[in-house]
Amino acid sequence: MRILVVGGGTGGTIVANNLARRLAGEIRSNRVKIRMLSASDKHMYQPGLLYVAFGQMMPDELYRDQQSLLESCIEFHVDPVVKFHLDQNKVVTQSGKTYEYDILVMATGSRIVPETIPGLAEGAETFYSEAGAISLFKKLREFEGGRIALVVGVPHKCPIAPVEAIFSLHDYLKARGIRDKCTIKYHYPIGRLHTIKEVATWVKPHFERMGIEHETLFNIKEVDVANKVVRSEEGTESPYDLLIAIPPHRGMEVIEQNGLGQGGWIPTDRFKLTMNGHDNVYVVGDTTNLPVSKTGSAAHFEAEVIADNIASQIKIGAPVRDYDGKVYCFIETGHDSATYAMFNYQNPPNLKEPNKPMHWFKTSYNKMYWTSVRGLL
Amino acid sequence: MSEKIIDARDTFCPGPLMELITHIKQAEVGEMLELLSTDEGSGADVPEWVNKVGHELVSTEKVEGVWHIKIRKAK
Repeated sequence: MRILVVGGGTGGTIVANNLARRLAGEIRSNRVKIRMLSASDKHMYQPGLLYVAFGQMMPDELYRDQQSLLESCIEFHVDPVVKFHLDQNKVVTQSGKTYEYDILVMATGSRIVPETIPGLAEGAETFYSEAGAISLFKKLREFEGGRIALVVGVPHKCPIAPVEAIFSLHDYLKARGIRDKCTIKYHYPIGRLHTIKEVATWVKPHFERMGIEHETLFNIKEVDVANKVVRSEEGTESPYDLLIAIPPHRGMEVIEQNGLGQGGWIPTDRFKLTMNGHDNVYVVGDTTNLPVSKTGSAAHFEAEVIADNIASQIKIGAPVRDYDGKVYCFIETGHDSATYAMFNYQNPPNLKEPNKPMHWFKTSYNKMYWTSVRGLL
Repeated sequence: MSEKIIDARDTFCPGPLMELITHIKQAEVGEMLELLSTDEGSGADVPEWVNKVGHELVSTEKVEGVWHIKIRKAK
């Protein structure tokens, strides 16, 4: 049985490591082979970028060698797939090699596409890439006062990040002693402060306490860089001195180029996590078109289900469980407190008031991630 | 043009309206989309956004607890 994992992010890595452990006997007896193909030899802890943007982490803390995160029995190649032949159970890579499989796990992830909104790439700072996070930090460090606007593209990874960025921004400016010289305006695409109703209700009094201005039903149409104004599809505009954007995302180009899903998102069964019409193809994390958060957390819980089901298919010929939509998101509420949101398809989150221990837990998790992605936590 | 169904039933994040915005950005002008939602608020907040942005709200109905909202991309 040949299992091929395409993509070495959170989802792909946890699937591969969990499978290696669950199928150790089958691998030793050469009845199962696990391969991973990735575009990079490095693995990035992406949630750390928010800390880089506020000078709380250094970029090199966010990386590990991908090979070092994988169980030794997993064959790993830095050789991204360029062609998927799902009807023939094979893929072709950038180097021209062909890999056949019996089970395929699609874990190609997503990418930021600020260039799809006029002026956004030139006019806005972002913390969704290493270079962006460093640039934002330097801009914040030089900032002496004025109007800061935060705008949110759709769809975007880590839906809690816009809220966390506002809390961090408030604390950072306060620590520098210039909060009273700045206005912060939060813009959000739908008619409340966050897409999760419970988060929107919870965050409103916090925004009022911090003096955060806000405008809802604001979808970014364009950034007028020369005049420092951001305009919405809804017909409004906001002036800014510093613009921070949560950039819109798309799935990877290779998914679109192979006609596997509009926008680069693969149509996926929300419970089985198999690609629609292909029972031997699993999809994990940002790569799915599921209406669940694009976060490492969702990818982690999906990966556990996929690994359990592939292993049980091999051992007993049947899957053992469904994905229930589980997501657990830490919410940093500044530089010394945090809370969390946990929910699934059926149950909304129940937000607790922020506290210091939860912030310490989150900062510990920033280190524990490397254990988590090995499939040990 | 064909009609695309966006199944956003039983989801909290990113939620039905955010899903609709994602799909409408990917759609062609003139394309019809049908949003399925179990969020009680969708009956009001989806039409509000569609009207504000200037797309066409084709129909809204609730069938056995599920909102079926049809929208045509106008621009």
